Amino acid sequence: MGFIMIGERINGMFKDIGEAVAKFDPKPIQHWAIKQTEAGAHYLDVNVGPTAEDRVKSMRWMVEVIQEVCDTPLCLDSTNYDAIEAGLEVCKKPAIINSCPAERPKIERVFPMAKKYGASIIALTMDKSGIPKSADMRVQFAMELVAAADEFGLSPEDLFIDPLILPCNVAQDHAPEVLEALRQIKQLSDPPPRTTLGLSNVSQNTLDRPLINRTYCVMAITCGLDSAIMDVNDDALVDAIATADMLLNRAIYCDSYAKVFRQR
Amino acid sequence: MPVEILREKFTGKVQEVVLGATKEEGGTRAYTVKLGGSSTLPFLQFEGEVPNRPAIALEIWDIKPDWHECFVPYYGDVWEDPVAWAKKAEEYGADIIYLRLRGADPELENSRSADECAKIVKAVLENTGAPLIVEGPGFPDKDNEVLQAVGEAAAGENIALGVAEKDNYRSIAAACMMNKHCIIARSPLDINILKQLNLMITEMGVPVEKVINDPLTGGLGYGIEYAYSIMERARWGALIGDKMMSLPLICLAGPEAWRAKEANAPNEEAGRGWGDQKVRGIMWEAMTAAALVQAGGDLILMRHPEAAKIVKKHIEDLMLPNAY
Repeated sequence: MGFIMIGERINGMFKDIGEAVAKFDPKPIQHWAIKQTEAGAHYLDVNVGPTAEDRVKSMRWMVEVIQEVCDTPLCLDSTNYDAIEAGLEVCKKPAIINSCPAERPKIERVFPMAKKYGASIIALTMDKSGIPKSADMRVQFAMELVAAADEFGLSPEDLFIDPLILPCNVAQDHAPEVLEALRQIKQLSDPPPRTTLGLSNVSQNTLDRPLINRTYCVMAITCGLDSAIMDVNDDALVDAIATADMLLNRAIYCDSYAKVFRQR
Repeated sequence: MPVEILREKFTGKVQEVVLGATKEEGGTRAYTVKLGGSSTLPFLQFEGEVPNRPAIALEIWDIKPDWHECFVPYYGDVWEDPVAWAKKAEEYGADIIYLRLRGADPELENSRSADECAKIVKAVLENTGAPLIVEGPGFPDKDNEVLQAVGEAAAGENIALGVAEKDNYRSIAAACMMNKHCIIARSPLDINILKQLNLMITEMGVPVEKVINDPLTGGLGYGIEYAYSIMERARWGALIGDKMMSLPLICLAGPEAWRAKEANAPNEEAGRGWGDQKVRGIMWEAMTAAALVQAGGDLILMRHPEAAKIVKKHIEDLMLPNAY
């Protein structure tokens, strides 16, 4: 299966989107929905942002305005599960729920919801006490999440395990641990769970963000990364992913393989 | 505890391509043939849909062919006359007629002109009901000229024109586009070129649902394993969502099988245990075709009517649902 790109740009953390959500102005949201779809995004992350007053209402509205202009599947991103459910109710295509940590009450809320709406889940290798440093602890959380999927009647493939990468300028030692975690997560079950990363996080506040994103993404793909929430409008990044896909023999080579990757 | 059958989950499927056009669709064919459409590996009906059975095309030429004498009882009386030969192919159960315009070979003494070829195609269409595929003589310049004329003469019939190759696809693609025909895109046992060619042809504006791929096949005992693995890889590409790998495949089983010495050798020159040529040749072709059907061939070009009959029965058996 080819690499799955989830466009990160429709997020209230970005100033233009935050303002659009506050004013219920669909234009900036639709602009990025189209722009990311044209760049080859397989999913669009939808996050109302921290400042939205009514997250439930805002999420439903955002899903609706995005679906007016494109039919790219959505990845509903919120810590408020009522907001996610409101979004799922109006999604025309199977969505991804972003996200669920390895905490029992949240698993009990999210996993049945995924089953009901035919959604996948981005599941985080963390619990209340935060993000662990070691690969081993990350894998242990992943194991709990895979077991929970089985318990609630979901396939491991319905999970996107996110081993959570931190900015390399503050937590440089996490980067290799995440790579090792990715390797081991792929061996947890057959079929294996899928994996994802909030890729741009690795380069927060660094000087050369695109280069770090691109390099880390290719390294992670080699270790078993199946998807990323990322800047799909960074052409060099997308080209690097297409090339990695091809060199891993997941996509058949042809002279225009990078272009084909975007068309898929 | 109930046993759960493990099933592959695929996201893609083989593109469906329709050959021929009936009266309602602006042509004169008695029926149309749908190729492709599968959402699983060949005949694994329990994992996905196999909506259309692989079709059989019978090969005819516009001139007398240089085939083994064992074809004489079947075609000997008609192979000076392409129209009569086409009708005979229909009687033998061809889903599709595959006409090779060998007579237009510029190296022949009385090489046919493009106009003459167009007339032959027109006459075949007027006297038969099966969808038609037309292959040029195999010389780029002449192919372009002949297929242009044939495409025009057959406008509305949704025939397939071939063969387009990497260095010679533009004018054939144009002829197909202009008259809304399908195109056969051939690559020399090379999956990368196959994909690139599809990309170039569709970028010219030929709709993806009008393209059939000829991956080139070997004959039984002569490289069929290599052909098989390429076809398998192509199908896998289609099923995981690579659109440029999802086109139905045509396999030239007949011509390949009859290039083998095992099919042709007379009894006195045959190796130990080869058996009688009549049976041997037919079986050689039938086995070649069976392997290509298993590899994912959607349209099988056959030459011997008896071999075609065997393969058709074989396909019917494979199409019985095995869902559980």
